Amino acid sequence: MSTFVSQPSARPTGTRGRGSSIRTWRLSDFLVLLAAWAAGLTLCLVVAAVVIYMGVRGIQYLSPALIFSHPAAGLAQSQTGGFLDPLLGTLLLAAIGIAIAAPLAICSALWLVEYGRPRWLTRVVESAIEIVAGTPDIVIAFVGLALFQLHLFAWVSEVGEGGGITGKSFLAAGAMMSLIALPPIFVSVRNGLQGVPAHMREAAFALGKTRIATIRRVLVPSVRTNIATGVTLGISRIIADTAIVVVLLGDTLRIEPEAHGGLPVLGLLKGTGSSLTSYVYDNSPAGESGAPQKAYAAAFVLLMFVLLLNLLVERIGRAQARASGFVSAVEGIV
Amino acid sequence: MNPAMIEFEQAIERPDRQPVPPVRTIVLDRPPEPVRPPEQREALRPAAGVAGPERLRLEDVSVSYGGTSTLGRRGANAVRSVSLSIHQGEVLALIGPSGCGKTTLLRTLNRLTELTPGARRGGRILLDGEDIHDLEDTALRARVAMVFQQPNPFPMSIFDNVAFALREQSRRRPRRPELEPLVIDALRRAGLYDEVADDLHRPALRLSGGQQQRLCIARAIAPRPEVLLMDEPCSALDPISTGVIEELIHELRRDLAVVIVTHNLAQARRVGDKVAFMYLGDLVEYGTAGQVFEEPRAPRTRDYVRGAFG
Repeated sequence: MSTFVSQPSARPTGTRGRGSSIRTWRLSDFLVLLAAWAAGLTLCLVVAAVVIYMGVRGIQYLSPALIFSHPAAGLAQSQTGGFLDPLLGTLLLAAIGIAIAAPLAICSALWLVEYGRPRWLTRVVESAIEIVAGTPDIVIAFVGLALFQLHLFAWVSEVGEGGGITGKSFLAAGAMMSLIALPPIFVSVRNGLQGVPAHMREAAFALGKTRIATIRRVLVPSVRTNIATGVTLGISRIIADTAIVVVLLGDTLRIEPEAHGGLPVLGLLKGTGSSLTSYVYDNSPAGESGAPQKAYAAAFVLLMFVLLLNLLVERIGRAQARASGFVSAVEGIV
Repeated sequence: MNPAMIEFEQAIERPDRQPVPPVRTIVLDRPPEPVRPPEQREALRPAAGVAGPERLRLEDVSVSYGGTSTLGRRGANAVRSVSLSIHQGEVLALIGPSGCGKTTLLRTLNRLTELTPGARRGGRILLDGEDIHDLEDTALRARVAMVFQQPNPFPMSIFDNVAFALREQSRRRPRRPELEPLVIDALRRAGLYDEVADDLHRPALRLSGGQQQRLCIARAIAPRPEVLLMDEPCSALDPISTGVIEELIHELRRDLAVVIVTHNLAQARRVGDKVAFMYLGDLVEYGTAGQVFEEPRAPRTRDYVRGAFG
């Protein structure tokens, strides 16, 4: 600052010190380096193989008609239609799941970092969320099924012909999906808040702001990108999930809001449906319908969604670093 | 609306209290230059003893931290029985070696120490005759503003940084057009307006360190506080920015009582009208800058101002 004429600085010369050349390394160091490279390259190859294979197959079989037509029951593949309903089902599930998970996750992260009292309860909450993150989705699905078949939740799902509560609906599946989306949002927001320097809060308090005003006007805006990152990760978790769809969404061919009468939106939410993942499963050689070409096309669409979301996460993180010079942790996401 | 703002708006309407004109002229791409050389600035100081009304009065103030203190003793007093009075129109410089309690004392004046778990305060602090213990902490902090060691603007635009201080808690009202003159006036009084006038909506974190610190000052003085606390405001800045801020402190003390904590003895001598020397939590010496630096009464003070320890 004190000088305004920049001095020509001494450039580092290209020569290296003794012993830093790879030729002088010990054999064990060299082997470890080799193993690290090999492991990294193998992983890249596996990912590239999956993406390229799915890409080739997907482009081969994908057509606009497939995306924009409803699925139908039929014996020949030409009669079974496209996967519009599973596609919409995936989007609707993601919307419901995030609508429930995001406020819960953000509020609990805010409470944990900004209030954090009593101490023992914060530890309980953190480990509870870790346990949820580690629970297999099929277990969450069955817990959800047991829950939503209770009479208390009869309004959530379809009631079968015999008066039995199926416990299967978009609401039920979305509610359980929120458990899957919650941990990444929570972790991302918590890390963001922990990365906000303490002097930022102090500055707000010193201006006579209350804690809640500080949270609303300083802290939440500072962790906006963390929220976006977490939500994006949560969405990719939801759209990648199969077990909850099969168990709690019914895995029916079509979304039929009219079948339940009453309000169209409630009918839709109370109705059953399917997602791209369950569609892929059903149409794969392992499933019942057996239309592998359509499975490839749907799987390709699904993969594109996930790749796009991952790209978005990366973008958000980089935009954050560029926009403000205000560093908050984006890493450390489960 | 904030009472301070109502008062301020009334002040604008009265022709005898014009908003303060800009402190210095700034040409972009050149370092900001103080308008007057230091010796002339010296002449601008009001004669010693011409202080305004008493703003803050400290009576037997002690502060202790509940946990293990830096001295290793549990519940040790960080500040012991300090009594002082702080007047409008004068700058009180708190000096002393590290860990002597000067920052703790400063943070006690707007009850920021209460944010530290286990901190306890004894004695009384009166702001215009009212015990600050009886005031709401948010109201107190709007009247006793603070500037920190590290420039800490919020990651928002320059405008929003200042407007945040003016807005009532988290409410969005009053709206932008009503706030604009108040924001511009605060930036002007902090000597920053001319440098940022072209774009008030650029991110505050893009400013230089010295500009950020002046933005923090603008933010602090925007709600028209009565007292301004400064915790080593220049220690993270280069000499030119330091000079600009020191001159600003001179200007600000016309409307405010200023308390500044500093490690820098030369700075305390330059900006302080009164100087208080603290050592291990005790107030050792308090007097005019000239007296404390030229004829210190206590041997500790003499050793410290001569640089024998620190």
